[in-house]
Amino acid sequence: MKNAAGRAALRFLKNCIRILSLLLAVSIISFALVSASPVDPVQQYIMKIGPVSAEQRAAIEAYWGMDKPPTVRYISWLDALVHGDFGISLLYRRPVIDIIAERFGNSLALMLCAWVFSGIIGFSLGCVMGMHRGKWQDKIIRRICYLLSSVPAFWLGLILLLLFSVKLGWFPVGFSTPIGMLDSEVGIWQRLYHLALPALTLTLVSFSNIALHTRQKMIDVMNSAYVLFARARGEGGWTLFVRHGLRNTILPALTLQFASFAELFGGSVLAENVFSYPGLGSAVSAAGLGSDVPLLLGITLFSTLFVCAGNMIANLLYGIIDPKMH
Amino acid sequence: MEKKEVHMDKNRDIPVLAVSGLSVSFLMYDGIFGQKELRAISDLSMQVHAGEILAIAGSSGSGKSLLASAILGILPENAVTAGELRYHGRLLTPELQRRLRGTEIALVPQSVDFLDPLMKAGAQADGHRKPCPTQERRRIFHRLGLPGETEKRYPFQLSGGMARRVLVSTALIADAQLIIADEPTPGMSLQQALEALRMFREMADGGKAVILITHDIDLAVSFADRIAVFYAGTTVETARAADFQEGGAALRHPYSKALWRALPQNGFEPTAGFQPYAGNLPKGCLFAPRCSRRTAKCMQEVPCMRVLRGGEVRCFYAE
Amino acid sequence: MGRWNPFRLNGRIRALMLAVVLGVVILAVYAAGILIPQDAVGTDFIQAKQPPSWQHLFGTDNLGRDILMRTLKGMSVSVTVGIAASCISAVAGILIGIAAAAGSRFLDGAVSWLIDLMMGIPHTVLIILISFAMGRGLRGLLAGIAATHWTSLARLIRGEVMQLRGQQYVMISRRMGKSGGWILRHHLLPHLAPQFLTGLILMFPHAILHEASISFLGYGLPPEQPAVGIILAESMTYLSSGMWWMAVFPGMVLVLMVWLIDRLGENLRRVIDPYSAQE
Repeated sequence: MKNAAGRAALRFLKNCIRILSLLLAVSIISFALVSASPVDPVQQYIMKIGPVSAEQRAAIEAYWGMDKPPTVRYISWLDALVHGDFGISLLYRRPVIDIIAERFGNSLALMLCAWVFSGIIGFSLGCVMGMHRGKWQDKIIRRICYLLSSVPAFWLGLILLLLFSVKLGWFPVGFSTPIGMLDSEVGIWQRLYHLALPALTLTLVSFSNIALHTRQKMIDVMNSAYVLFARARGEGGWTLFVRHGLRNTILPALTLQFASFAELFGGSVLAENVFSYPGLGSAVSAAGLGSDVPLLLGITLFSTLFVCAGNMIANLLYGIIDPKMH
Repeated sequence: MEKKEVHMDKNRDIPVLAVSGLSVSFLMYDGIFGQKELRAISDLSMQVHAGEILAIAGSSGSGKSLLASAILGILPENAVTAGELRYHGRLLTPELQRRLRGTEIALVPQSVDFLDPLMKAGAQADGHRKPCPTQERRRIFHRLGLPGETEKRYPFQLSGGMARRVLVSTALIADAQLIIADEPTPGMSLQQALEALRMFREMADGGKAVILITHDIDLAVSFADRIAVFYAGTTVETARAADFQEGGAALRHPYSKALWRALPQNGFEPTAGFQPYAGNLPKGCLFAPRCSRRTAKCMQEVPCMRVLRGGEVRCFYAE
Repeated sequence: MGRWNPFRLNGRIRALMLAVVLGVVILAVYAAGILIPQDAVGTDFIQAKQPPSWQHLFGTDNLGRDILMRTLKGMSVSVTVGIAASCISAVAGILIGIAAAAGSRFLDGAVSWLIDLMMGIPHTVLIILISFAMGRGLRGLLAGIAATHWTSLARLIRGEVMQLRGQQYVMISRRMGKSGGWILRHHLLPHLAPQFLTGLILMFPHAILHEASISFLGYGLPPEQPAVGIILAESMTYLSSGMWWMAVFPGMVLVLMVWLIDRLGENLRRVIDPYSAQE
């Protein structure tokens, strides 16, 4: 057992090193990409603050280090990053790190809701399909899953907005915090109210993946030798499901759910944009459109960290299940 | 005294399990519009009595394992069955099968694959029935020579022999009257195989009925009371184990004789040809295409099982 | 499987029929994109904001453009982008997969690290970055989608090649002194071709979805292009004024198209992969 704990620790350490190397690579790639962009951030900045003289322009360029080669700029940027300085956002005129901290809270609430609900709904439906393979339950749910996986998150959001806001009037159409209210004054119910539709959208587009995966896994389990033996001993129905079906499908499903943070984040970018939800997703697309390079880079790195953390948990979980399976 | 004898004899006459005319086939899609029937077991009959081991012997791929599933009523959904099964004289309906499996009829499967990889051995052997037979199970684990910590182990932490004993323990815990052991020996050392077979012998001597499904004729001969020779999904001969020890003329069916001759100690003589595929069975006697004594009749008509010299045979010309 | 039903077709025929239907639909969409004259999607303020009618099946938008025509034209753009990006991505996937499996252990490790890297950045974010780097527009969109979609196919191909490499007939060929290229041509490619094809077709729907999503966010195609994502982005402005048809119909066409291609890919995979053929 001690040995197992040691192996787990080693695995964890290896994963951490891998994540660090990935983050470094992402920082290089994303910095190279924004440096290669034909969009001139200085020009963008100047357009926002109004006409400036040539000297002022040169001063701004020098301040941003635009007169130096990209590698030098990268190293100074990285140096600042390591010291916790992500730069100042052009759009919001505030430190990037503050914006990320504030908006990540909102995004996390949204993604957590969708993650939990899509996990529960997807896993349950997957179990129903797997246990009733080939019967009508399986056929109907499977078709729904296939269809839902073809639906883009933003369109589903639009349809929900049409239905619940325009038609039924349950929710307002614009979704940012109510005008004239500070973010801190918004109560928990207000937050949940704003969360409902984006979370529903994200849940609906996310659960089919986990459902179809669980279905396949459940079918494999039900065709296994050990289920044959369990049947031979008189198990069946609910007993069989609880003793063997659930036991052998829940960990793989959880692993997959942790490994799907990237899709979750991608979906939240779209859902947040449709509902003008004040999270990282709406900030990243605004940053790209507004040529807010520091914010774009900051969110890219942060979302990578988020996804990698999920992948690492999935890896560690897999390490626990795998030896037992084989 | 005499009366009891009669009663015992009468009981002896009613086999624990009687199979008559059992067929199992599968419908498969074939080509674009075609449908094919795969006949895995055809017109099989046999009986097993309390206190005996009946070995069902035949080469692999002859549908032996499906027989166990058919008896327990756990065939795949696309299987079509015909024929009759009787347990202690009562017709084995699906409802009765559901009640009996795991209590009166127990399966001892072949390998560690039949244990749930994520469940500890102890909980697995205990099974799902309430009350949990934990005390009884510990006693049986001890009797089978399984060390105390076995119950806390996952299947991947068990050796092949230990896993096998855990599987055997399930039949002992259930105290089943009919035990079906499906290929319990492959992958074991000779020592372990003998040990496992001794356990089945003990069960039979304790008044249980044991069906031993195996491809190893030698082991069957040394431990079983009777041997049913299985070929292409049916029994071609039922003989006393002694007949096999004697060999040659003591055996009845040409295939049994061929099997006997193929044993290393009897000359290692192979039989030409292959066992027919379940989707393409011959019209008449299943063995006819490979038989040296076949006639036109053998190619056209299926011979019935008939009693001959204290055994049974499915051949027109056996004497 | 249940009872035998003579009207039930097996997977091969169903996949073939789906392929034909899909081929016709894609061709029709293409033809629509080319054949619909520019003035059919021209502005016409008298006809602006019309709900669906026999004259305009999907209604008209705020500028009086026919939404059905715009959607069809937009779908042809989306399908073109999707196919082009998938092809680039699939070729990259097969090359990287073969290289990882056939090359040195270091190369294999490097590829696995690269795949981890690609899986580590949310695709939407990466495509936004790439579009930003390439100055928004078709080129950036193509590059972004192509860069993010090769990973699953590369993994699949790597696994396949690894397995084939261990096969006896490949080892015998090597023992007989056949060159790597010969083995690749005679043993590996025939096995990989079907995998490649299904991988490619299963990539289409994802690529089209990504194209629509990115266009919706305002990256990718310029606003004057009638891409479905752009129509839907425009529709957002008019949601509260009750112009539901602007959002509903173009999206439905998009979903239908994606679903159809996805089903075709899945059916093809089922025909090719013998292990799932019993289903």
